[in-house]
Amino acid sequence: MAILHTVNKSPFERDALKACVRMASKGSSVLMIEDGVYGATKGTTASNMVTDAMKDVNFYVLSADLKARGVDESRLIEGIKVVNYSDFVNLTVENDKVQSWL
Amino acid sequence: MKFGIQINEGPYTHEASTTALNFVKAALEAGHEIFRVFFYHDGVNNGTRYTTPPQDDRNIVAAWSELAAEHKLDLVVCVAAAQRRGIVDEGEQERNGKDGNNIADGFRISGLGQLIEAGIQSERLVVFGD
Amino acid sequence: MSETKKFLFVNRKAPYGTIYAWESLEVVLISAAFEQDARMAFIDDGVYQIAKGQDTSELGIKNFSPTYNALGDYDINKIYVEKESLEARGLTVDDLLPLTYEDEDDDWAEKDSIKVVSSAELAELMDQSDVILSF
Repeated sequence: MAILHTVNKSPFERDALKACVRMASKGSSVLMIEDGVYGATKGTTASNMVTDAMKDVNFYVLSADLKARGVDESRLIEGIKVVNYSDFVNLTVENDKVQSWL
Repeated sequence: MKFGIQINEGPYTHEASTTALNFVKAALEAGHEIFRVFFYHDGVNNGTRYTTPPQDDRNIVAAWSELAAEHKLDLVVCVAAAQRRGIVDEGEQERNGKDGNNIADGFRISGLGQLIEAGIQSERLVVFGD
Repeated sequence: MSETKKFLFVNRKAPYGTIYAWESLEVVLISAAFEQDARMAFIDDGVYQIAKGQDTSELGIKNFSPTYNALGDYDINKIYVEKESLEARGLTVDDLLPLTYEDEDDDWAEKDSIKVVSSAELAELMDQSDVILSF
């Protein structure tokens, strides 16, 4: 019973990503959207939390939100997959349910 | 697959409605069914036809109305949330003695039960908000 | 509609500062009419929603905290509070409303609705749910 978690908050402003990582069980997926995409960048105070979580959880980031914010893919933590809206839909299908960390 | 969508924020302050719109378009393109889009909290503000953004900005309300017409989407605005925020259809206008209404094409006002029903009937429920 | 699903209502926001807590409680109450298997989770600032001693008389927003006491009468008695969130805020279960229900399978004995659970237990609860509504 896998869950797709979505995170739409910057980890520097709110703790949605932190809560998500705390409760995302092994084999689930996390998709960073909207301001959540900043959490996918490397060299930040939140990067270690993400790389630790990546041992058990798949991480994705929404391309439209990355591009809109001028975040180049070269700045992403290695292993985070960039996806589009169609992939977002597929992720909701592949997982059994969706939890939005609003 | 059958999707239910919940939108908790209005059209412009938050990105939620835009993200949901892009998600719904992608889902429809992939051949999925949208059982219902339910607008809650300030999300009810997506349902006023009085929205007039500047020409260089997108009109999200109109985009929802057009998508609803094209794909026969069921766009439901929560009645309790709508009453608080002044989103009114003809029925509500009459019931509450208002001097006009503002519901946009393709939207209807109904109860919270419609959200629970969407949760029951849909195979996936996706929430967009703040 | 004969199908019964496990609904999980996730609350992560404090009351009064925003309307999410109040309007989400309205959804939970409505869900009772659909006879689904409803559960509530209080995580992060959501734990403040069910804190004792709320008094809004000076503020002028309705104090909706007494409504949580009615949840038991609506057969909503699976209320999960994340232990880590309580601890991070210097709270214990004694700081929360004493929410109870009468167990019809146990001669209507009064029982606690609130269960304090770890993040791992909450993750499991999410896994077991069919529909997750977040506010």
